[in-house]
Amino acid sequence: MSTATASQPSPRGPGAAGPVPGPAPDAELATSAANRAVGVRTYRPATGLGVLALVSFAVFALHASSRAVRFRFSGDGDVVRLPDAEVAAAPYAWAVTIVLVALAGYAAVRARKLPRWVVALAGFCFVTGFLVWIVGTAQTPSISVTALLAGSVALATPLVFGALGGLLCERSGVVNIAIEAQLLFGAFSAAIAATVSGSAWVGLLAAMAGSVLVSVLLAVFAIRYRVNQVIVGVVLNVLVSGLTGFLFATVLQPSAAAFNTPERLPHVRIPVLAEIPVVGPVLFDQSVIGYIMYAAVAVVWFALHRTRWGLRTRAVGEHPKAADTLGVSVNALRTRNVLLGGAVAGLGGAFYTLVSVSAFTRDMTAGSGYIALAALIFGRWNPVGALLASLLFGFASNLESILSFLGTPVPSQFLAMLPYVVTIMAVAGLVGRSRGPAASGEPYRKE
Amino acid sequence: MQLKLTDVTKRFGDFTANNRVSLTVEPHQIHCLLGENGAGKSTLMNVLYGLYEPTSGTVEINGAPAHFSGPGDAMAAGIGMVHQHFMLVPVFTVAENVALGHESTRGMALDLNSTRARIREISDRFGFAVDPDAVVEDLPVGVQQRVEIIKALVRDAEVLILDEPTAVLTPRETDELLQIMRQLRDNGTSIVFISHKLREVRAVSDVITVIRRGEVVGRVGPETATDELAALMVGRDVSLTVAKEPSLATGAALEVRDLTVLGDNGVVLLDGVDLDVAPGEILAVAGVQGNGQTELTRALVGLEKRVSGSVRLAGRELTGLRTREVLAHGVGFVPEDRSTDGLVDSFSVAENLVLDRYRERGFAAGPSLRRRAIAEHARSEVGEYDIRAGSVDSPVATLSGGNQQKVVIARELGRPLKLFVASQPTRGVDVGSIEFIHRRIVAERDRGTAVLIVSTELDEVYALADRIAVFFHGRLMGIVGPETPRGALGRMMAGEPADAVLPPAPWDGSRSGHGDTGGPTAHDLVPSDAAPQPGSRPSHPGANVPASPRDLATEPSDDRPEGNRTA
Repeated sequence: MSTATASQPSPRGPGAAGPVPGPAPDAELATSAANRAVGVRTYRPATGLGVLALVSFAVFALHASSRAVRFRFSGDGDVVRLPDAEVAAAPYAWAVTIVLVALAGYAAVRARKLPRWVVALAGFCFVTGFLVWIVGTAQTPSISVTALLAGSVALATPLVFGALGGLLCERSGVVNIAIEAQLLFGAFSAAIAATVSGSAWVGLLAAMAGSVLVSVLLAVFAIRYRVNQVIVGVVLNVLVSGLTGFLFATVLQPSAAAFNTPERLPHVRIPVLAEIPVVGPVLFDQSVIGYIMYAAVAVVWFALHRTRWGLRTRAVGEHPKAADTLGVSVNALRTRNVLLGGAVAGLGGAFYTLVSVSAFTRDMTAGSGYIALAALIFGRWNPVGALLASLLFGFASNLESILSFLGTPVPSQFLAMLPYVVTIMAVAGLVGRSRGPAASGEPYRKE
Repeated sequence: MQLKLTDVTKRFGDFTANNRVSLTVEPHQIHCLLGENGAGKSTLMNVLYGLYEPTSGTVEINGAPAHFSGPGDAMAAGIGMVHQHFMLVPVFTVAENVALGHESTRGMALDLNSTRARIREISDRFGFAVDPDAVVEDLPVGVQQRVEIIKALVRDAEVLILDEPTAVLTPRETDELLQIMRQLRDNGTSIVFISHKLREVRAVSDVITVIRRGEVVGRVGPETATDELAALMVGRDVSLTVAKEPSLATGAALEVRDLTVLGDNGVVLLDGVDLDVAPGEILAVAGVQGNGQTELTRALVGLEKRVSGSVRLAGRELTGLRTREVLAHGVGFVPEDRSTDGLVDSFSVAENLVLDRYRERGFAAGPSLRRRAIAEHARSEVGEYDIRAGSVDSPVATLSGGNQQKVVIARELGRPLKLFVASQPTRGVDVGSIEFIHRRIVAERDRGTAVLIVSTELDEVYALADRIAVFFHGRLMGIVGPETPRGALGRMMAGEPADAVLPPAPWDGSRSGHGDTGGPTAHDLVPSDAAPQPGSRPSHPGANVPASPRDLATEPSDDRPEGNRTA
């Protein structure tokens, strides 16, 4: 913590080596000092914004393309058409840099936690600045905003479910590193069940069940036997990867028609709403799982903050002993929530085999579980935050594929790195503070 | 509601925490459970609250036997408890904390409004001034405690157990709490007040039950005199004496000036302490636990973060040094809690004996340890300190408490020292080991080391001390001689300065030291780098308090009495 105490406890001052002549200090003063609040100064927000401003200056402004960047808001077949927007890359980059420098200066003078609008403004400036710069470097500096955003939502879907599943575990005090295993096993179960039964809906239920199975293992070892939760999670990830990989090679691949040709879940286009420019195609032209995702975020948020179950869940994740002394059964509640979290993460797994691709392949989740975990932390253990963080990561992934299509000179590996850089900055508390549930990862043992 | 405990016994393995304790709490009564730390008060209350199962004995409510398998049962029976360490979720609001486990709902949703109304109602009735929507971690400790009380009252508690409720409060908050307790009693709640603070107990109790070593040793009324209560609580029967010559020490090896320690939350834990310890002298620090003694020892060896003032050892400044450097200056340190701070449980006896010396040439060769030399060293120490261990390679955790403590003492006394600091050197140690450790400490003193002992056991303080310092609320109440009567020490521990307890010195009443208000007066001060007058030691507040009232008649009325600290 880069914090410093701003006041000294005694009127005699610090470092008074040796005796101090003069009148005896007032005893009352000493007593009242016992409870004086000590001001805490922090320069973290200023540091974080400073780094953003520096990147903006050195990369966006100094290496700006001389061309104008075109953002397209409407496709050819749209009912309502919006005009395209053209932005001159260099002036915009300079404007963004100036704003960021100003915000960093404000943060440095203030030396306290920043108000939200500052963080939001800085985020918007940096992201748009980055976008204008990187599209400007492409061979065809023109990009469809609708396609960019719609793709982002699709890519974010499994991340949102994974993060929500992790959230249910962590808010009740169990660290869930096994989101990756839950997604993968969910995808695997969905593929087999949907193929065998011939119904995608059965596949969806199977995905939840398969993922709950992973949760059972996590709950047994982490809660019942109090094994280190991070280790259990990592072991489960490796176990599920190996198991599904083996079954894929021995069963699914040789007899794909019988086991690995799942039917897809229906795609639903909501009539009028889908015609709204930009927003319509992004929000109202989705797979079923996409709509379930919106509902899941709302339900989890409401349940966590507005119900008895939520109050107890949060208490158990923050101070299990307090909950116990009030008659809340800590480990039973944790177990229930870990299983519930598995079911939610399983829906994300189903996205891979029932929406995205119509077949299971080895390790097809490709580390999404870890990104979901990052989204959970970046979203500050809050359902809405997790949704937004997942969307940001989905956006970054989608940008990467679109830009390689447009032909940018920036290496795609660099773009793929971006979500993680953002995560590290968020977790390190450079932009605001991120505090998880206090008792997360600590097994509860009754005396 | 009448609550009756009959012959309650609670054992943890071989250790008997409560032995046949009987107790009756009547309605409209503040019943105090008085006893020292570790006397078994909290264990008893945890039995009552359903957190522990009693080994034997019964609990009755209004004459009917009650059996609690958990706190939920106890709460349902009308027993509420305010724990010593608050059971509040820091990030929750007051209303959320109060509602938890006792939520009212409307359909699916949580109904916090009815909880808020209840909190306001109780808050208004007792003048608590608690805002239901405040976040608990932002509230001062005293208000957090009221939230705990509200939690119990919302659940219609008829018996309220307060476990050491004043331990964390400022004097003013304490007075407010005592007032609240009286109000609650007058409203019909029975209160069990667990404390070891005599002043508060006498101020508020209707009945006092004194517990020592897990047994009831007395039932008295609040009119009982303080020193009588103290005698009951501490017990006169055990008096460990150590054969030792009076100290002839002069000068000061350790000079502490205006030492102040701040806690993480900005509370002043140690407040402008001045004291000296001469080479070859034992200064024992007495006081109720949590009055700054722990912080004093930790600050001396550089373990506290927010420290101001000066600590000099043989003229060299220690503040600001890292702990390793402090130890290298010849400081031995026995921490208060050996299992968390003094030893590495899973390490062997031999390894634990070189925890602060493994870098020395004898024990290390380049980057590797010389295991044979370490084992050899351990064998000789085990013999010398009579450490009963299966082998020097057994994990230290397998040793008994007394033998573990001997490992710590052997390690700390095993190198040449100028200052030996020991906090609770014999806590949880059997009588035989206590005697051995005491003899070792006296032997170290006789070697010319300055010794500072912190103990909450008055017997230990009397056994070892050449002078006794008493702390209260982080302030030094004074330094007195070893003959000072128990009653006088007890009053100092309760916050009375030395000059109020002992007759003032005839030559200068104002100089008898209480570090809080006295402060150094100009003529009193000899800067430590100035040449001392022949035969006199630099004087400072606290050092020149007469050794005992008996000395006063024989002391010359000199401004600078020579070597007057011990008769």
